[in-house]
Amino acid sequence: MPNMSKVKHPMPSQAPDVRSGNFSEVALGYDAATAIDEAQRCLNCKQRFCVSGCPVKIEIPEFIRQVAGGHFEEAYQIIARSSALPAVCGRVCPQESQCEGKCVRGRNGDPVGIGRLERFVADWHNENVKEKAPRPESNGHKVAVIGSGPSGLTCAGDLARLGYEVTVFEALHLAGGVLVYGIPEFRLPKAIVQKEIEGLKDLGVKVETNVVVGKTITIDELMQEEGFEAVFIGSGAGLPKFMNIPGENLKGVYSANEFLTRINLMKAYLPGSDTPIQHGKNVAVVGGGNVAMDAARCARRLGASVTVIYRRTEAELPARHEEVEHAMEEGIVFKFLTNPTAIGGNEDGWVDTITCQEMELGEPDASGRRRPVPKEGSAFDLPADVVIMALGTSPNPLIKSTTQGLETQKWGGIVVEEATGKTSREGIYAGGDAVTGAATVILAMGAGKTAAAAIHEALQKKAE
Amino acid sequence: MNTILKKQSLNPTVTLMTVKAPLIARKAEPGQFVILRVDENGERIPLTVADFDREQGTITIIYQIVGATTKKLDQLREGDSLHDFVGPLGRATHTEGLKKVAVVGGGVGCAIAYPVTKKLFEQGAHVDAIVGFRSKDLVILEDAFAAHSTRLFRMSDDGSWGEKGLVTNALEKLIQSGETYDEVITIGPLVMMKFVCRLTKQYGIKTIASMNPIMIDGTGMCGGCRLTVGGKTRFACVDGPEFDGHEIDFDEAIARGRTYAAFERHAYEEACSLFAKEVR
Repeated sequence: MPNMSKVKHPMPSQAPDVRSGNFSEVALGYDAATAIDEAQRCLNCKQRFCVSGCPVKIEIPEFIRQVAGGHFEEAYQIIARSSALPAVCGRVCPQESQCEGKCVRGRNGDPVGIGRLERFVADWHNENVKEKAPRPESNGHKVAVIGSGPSGLTCAGDLARLGYEVTVFEALHLAGGVLVYGIPEFRLPKAIVQKEIEGLKDLGVKVETNVVVGKTITIDELMQEEGFEAVFIGSGAGLPKFMNIPGENLKGVYSANEFLTRINLMKAYLPGSDTPIQHGKNVAVVGGGNVAMDAARCARRLGASVTVIYRRTEAELPARHEEVEHAMEEGIVFKFLTNPTAIGGNEDGWVDTITCQEMELGEPDASGRRRPVPKEGSAFDLPADVVIMALGTSPNPLIKSTTQGLETQKWGGIVVEEATGKTSREGIYAGGDAVTGAATVILAMGAGKTAAAAIHEALQKKAE
Repeated sequence: MNTILKKQSLNPTVTLMTVKAPLIARKAEPGQFVILRVDENGERIPLTVADFDREQGTITIIYQIVGATTKKLDQLREGDSLHDFVGPLGRATHTEGLKKVAVVGGGVGCAIAYPVTKKLFEQGAHVDAIVGFRSKDLVILEDAFAAHSTRLFRMSDDGSWGEKGLVTNALEKLIQSGETYDEVITIGPLVMMKFVCRLTKQYGIKTIASMNPIMIDGTGMCGGCRLTVGGKTRFACVDGPEFDGHEIDFDEAIARGRTYAAFERHAYEEACSLFAKEVR
C-alpha cells in the first residue's frame, strides 16, 4: 500500500540564520526511515513519466522501489547504470522541471522527492560501500576528454567502463570544472566531487590538470601525435557577459564567474588562502539564474546585505526553485522588474551605487517570455560596494581558434549533431555548455553520455 | 615536474628562474605568459615568459618581489618544484613583416621586452631598444639587450646609469631626429606605457602595449582581467595580453590594478614577519 500523503518529506536543513554565516552544506539529507517513507509515495506507474523527464534516463521507479524496500545498494546500482555522478545530481538537478515535474503525484499534491531520494542513495553508498568497482580490461583504444566538468566526467566514465583508455585534460589546477569553481560548497561539498573523480580514476581514467587544450597542446596534436582516436570537447562556458553600461569596470564590480572562482576554487573565504576577495557591506547581484543565486548566497555568507536585481518577475526566474527559496530565507532581497542602467563610483574608483530603472512586462519576445520594457521616470539608486554581474557567458574561444575546420555557431557554440554529439570534424565530439551556452549540470551530463555512446559505436566500427 | 633548474638574483628585488616545463617550452612565443601557484593554498599569478628553450624544455620567468606570493616564490630554491605551472597563455607578439621597431621597456617589464627584442633582431629587423630603470642598482639584462638589439639606449631616473631621464625623452629625441618606426612595442609600468602611447599617438606611430592585469584562471573564464580597449571590454588572457596602445584606457587599468592593494600590503607584511620568525 503506497504512502498517500500529499506532502513530500521536507529536507532537513541548517536553519537560515545559522547557515547564512557558514559555508557548510545547507541541506542535510534524509535518514533511512524518511527515505523509505518517501519512496513509498511512488505509485510505480506504468507510463514512467519521470524517466522521460530525466536527461540521462535513470530508471527512477525501479530505484525508488528498492529504496522503499530498504535495499539501498541495489538502488544505487540501478542509478549508477545511467548516471556517473548521482551524489552531484541529487543535489543540483532542477528536478522541478525534469523528473519531479512529470511525476503523477504532483498533479494533486507534491511530487515524489526523487532528487532527495537519489541523493540519499548516493550518500548511503559513499558512506557504506568501500569496495571499489573493478577496473575494466583495456580495449586498447585511447580517447581524450577536454574539460573535467559534468559532461567530460560523464563521457570519461562511460567510456572507461567500456574499456577505453581515457585521459581527461583540465586547464585549471583542480579537476571538476563548474562543480568546483562554480557551485559553492554549501550546495555541493567539494569532498563529494573529489570522491566522484576518485571513482573515475579507479576505473582507469587519467586526469591531467594544468593542460590548456588549444594552448599547451592542440586537438590535432592529441590525435596525430599522441594517438587519441577520438576527442570529446567538454570545455564548458567561457567568458562572462557584461551589460555594457557605464561603470562596469570600477573596482568592486565582479563577474559571477570571478567572484565564485575566488570563493569556491581558490577558497578566498578561508583564512589560509592567499587569494583575496572583497567583502562587501551592500552587495548587488544582477541576474536571476542559479549562478546569480550562488553568488548572492556566497556574498551573504561573507557578511553582506544582498540584493538580487532581476528584470522580469519572480515567475520567470530561471534559477532552481529551491535555491530561490533558500536565498529568500537567508535574507536576500529580490528586486524584480528592475534593470541596472549605470554603476557609479567614488573618487578612488570603487563602486558605490547602482542606478536602476523599474520595468514592466510587454509583448512576448523570441523566447516566448514577455519582454521587460523600462517604465518612464522610474530611475532610482541603490547603495552597493560590490556589484556582481551574473548574466551568462559566451563560449571560450581557445579551442575554436586552434582547431581548423571545427564549425561553430555565430555566437561561438560548437555545432554538433544532436543525437551523437559529432562535430564537423571526424573523430571530434562535443557537449555541455561549449555547445549549448550556459545550461545545467544534468544536460551537460546527458550530452557527455550521448557522445560516449557515439564514440564507442564509431570506434567499434573502425576496429572491425 | 615544474622543477626549478636555475635561480639567479638579478637585482635586490628581481629574480630569474628557469623551470623545467617541456610541454610549455615546446609552444611558448614572446609575449605569452604562464600562470603559477607556489603551494596548495597559493593564489594563481600570471608571469610573462622571459625566455624559453625548446631543446632543454625550459621556461624562464623573471619576477619582482612585490607581494606575499612573489615573496613565497622567492623562498624556493634550485631543485624545488612549483606546485602548478600552466601555459603558454595569451597571444604571441606579432612580429611578422616588421623591419624597424623601437622596443621601450621599463623596470622589471624589461624582462618581457627582452624576448621580443631578441626575436625581432634575430629575424633581421632594425631594433632600437630603449630601456629605463630608476637607478643603476636596479638594472637587469643589460648584456642581453646589448647583444640582441641594433642600438641600446640606457636611461635612468637619477642618472646613475646611461642617460638621466625617462624612456619617453629618449624615444621622442629619436623620433624628432627623423627616425621612423613600423611599430613601437612598450612593456613596463602602466604609467610609463601610458606616456609612451601618448607620445607615439602625437606622431602617429602604431604602438603595442603589453598589459599585465589581475587574473585568476587566465584561460578565458573569469573575466577578472578585463580592460577597456577602443571603448570595448576586452580580456587580456585570451584577447591579449598585447593591445593597441592608443586605444587602451590606461587610467581604468591603473585603478583596477590597485583593487587588492590594501590586502596585498597586509599579506606581504605578514609573509615578511613569518619568514623573519623562521630565520630566527
